[in-house]
Amino acid sequence: MDWTAVALSLRLALIVSLVLLVFALPLAYWITFSRWRGKFLVEAVVSLPLVLPPTVLGFYVLVAIGSRSPIGRLWERWTGHGLAFTFESLVIASIIYSLPFAVQPIAASFAQLDTGLVDAAATLGASGWRTFTRVIVPLSIPGIVAGVVLSFAHTIGEFGVVLMVGGNLPGITRTVSISVYDQVEALQYGAANATSLSLLAFSFVILAIVYALMRRPWSVTAVS
Amino acid sequence: MSLAATIRKRVSDAFALDVSISVPAGVTILFGASGSGKSTVLRAVAGLLRPDAGSITVGSRVLFDRNGGIDVPARDRHVGYVFQHLALFPHLTVEENLMFGLQDQTQDARRRKVRAIAASFKIDHLLSRRPAQTSGGERQRTALARSLVTNPSALLLDEPLSALDHPTQSLIIDDLRRWNAEHQIPILYVTHSHREVFALGDRVVVLHNGSVAAAGTPHDVLEMPEQASLAQLAGFENVMEAAVLARKMDAGTMHCRLTGSQVELEVPLAHGSGLPLIQIAIRAGDILLATEPPRGLSARNILRGRLLSLTRDGAAMVAVVDCGTSFVVHLTPSAADGLGLAIGQDVWLVIKTYSCRVAA
Repeated sequence: MDWTAVALSLRLALIVSLVLLVFALPLAYWITFSRWRGKFLVEAVVSLPLVLPPTVLGFYVLVAIGSRSPIGRLWERWTGHGLAFTFESLVIASIIYSLPFAVQPIAASFAQLDTGLVDAAATLGASGWRTFTRVIVPLSIPGIVAGVVLSFAHTIGEFGVVLMVGGNLPGITRTVSISVYDQVEALQYGAANATSLSLLAFSFVILAIVYALMRRPWSVTAVS
Repeated sequence: MSLAATIRKRVSDAFALDVSISVPAGVTILFGASGSGKSTVLRAVAGLLRPDAGSITVGSRVLFDRNGGIDVPARDRHVGYVFQHLALFPHLTVEENLMFGLQDQTQDARRRKVRAIAASFKIDHLLSRRPAQTSGGERQRTALARSLVTNPSALLLDEPLSALDHPTQSLIIDDLRRWNAEHQIPILYVTHSHREVFALGDRVVVLHNGSVAAAGTPHDVLEMPEQASLAQLAGFENVMEAAVLARKMDAGTMHCRLTGSQVELEVPLAHGSGLPLIQIAIRAGDILLATEPPRGLSARNILRGRLLSLTRDGAAMVAVVDCGTSFVVHLTPSAADGLGLAIGQDVWLVIKTYSCRVAA
């Protein structure tokens, strides 16, 4: 097993899922409660990574962060080196790629909330922020945890985007899934098998946790 | 302190609300059938729905004025609201629910207020429980206490007691009255139950199709001897049109046939209009239901029909019976059990002549 790749994947997934938590909470809130008519366009954009080939997404990210792009040039001026084929580029690409996996479960649990509770909070003098932190988020914990866990797992398992944007540099951009690809290319079927089996077990455990969490711990309707 | 509201709101193509009400300190009942606009009025007063036009004031404070460009957000209105489904926060304890509206105060002051209100609404032994671990009546008390602990300048109640049995309702209403004897705020209480109107209203405002049909004391507005305006029929479960076949002046009754059916009813004589078409209203609770043909009764109207459905609504069972036209009948659950009712079976409805209210 390529332990450097495992550590790299875990670090990547941890950063990506935490950053996504920060972005996905307000985005999911807006998607759930906004009354703007053009909302469906934003929903479609957020969901694009679900259907787009990873190579297409990776290609555009690569173009967007390349040394000729404004982002790439800005990055080079700040840090003195290019953004493509670095760990940071993997983080950016993974955030975009895993966005729907964080937003959708959170938005789904917001949508399940009894809107009467939000109204009740308002009539009790609570600001929007207080209602969000004291009522909406606590009652959506299962969905929020599911969003974080799914984006973590999805980042661990991604391949195409990583290969396009980060290449295959040991210790910098070679993640577990790329390491499996390498092992197969090198005809090391035993090693590939061991890595694949651990990824399979990992994914199963994660999904089992998510589905266990999605069973709601208290029924809102039971309190009427 | 009093509440005054003029609210115009187009809710849908088919329904528009246009009401003007004035609520002095004490309990005013907002009464009407479902869909008459009762909850829309409450939501507008609370700031949860913006009227198209009008104004809302509590005491001297303007909460909404379309022309003046004033629209105080719900959170700043200080208007208590007890929702039909209570909307207790399921993840918070009873104590945390009560404290929710007191965020600006010191922990000490919050504790003190919560203890005091919990004691006066008899839920002080439940403070550490979650709402789901309390009974229906206790949850109603919690919801009421949660709105009142913030010292609101007006209180809105949306059918808060409809799911409770009558004795529990009365106890809670007593507690609410006792609380308001001291605070004297306007309380607007929405219901579609005649019983609740008489049990707790000092005044009643009747809504019909989005406008105020009548206002006054419950007795003046709802207890009409024989003839009534259409508006006064608002809360009746059975309202139907009928053609007058014969007027029996000596008996003081009329013989009618319900429009679109062969059902004939004997109803009190209505004077005046002389129009051939009248409206007949019958409370669901005034109709008797029998599983065998009744005999030897004084009631003039015995209708044979088929039981279409039987559902539970709060403390009552609601039966729908097809006699050529559908009647809604209320029974107690024990009566429904005792009769062993089965959907589709033949039943007989017994309706006293003077249970029929007539509007010309």
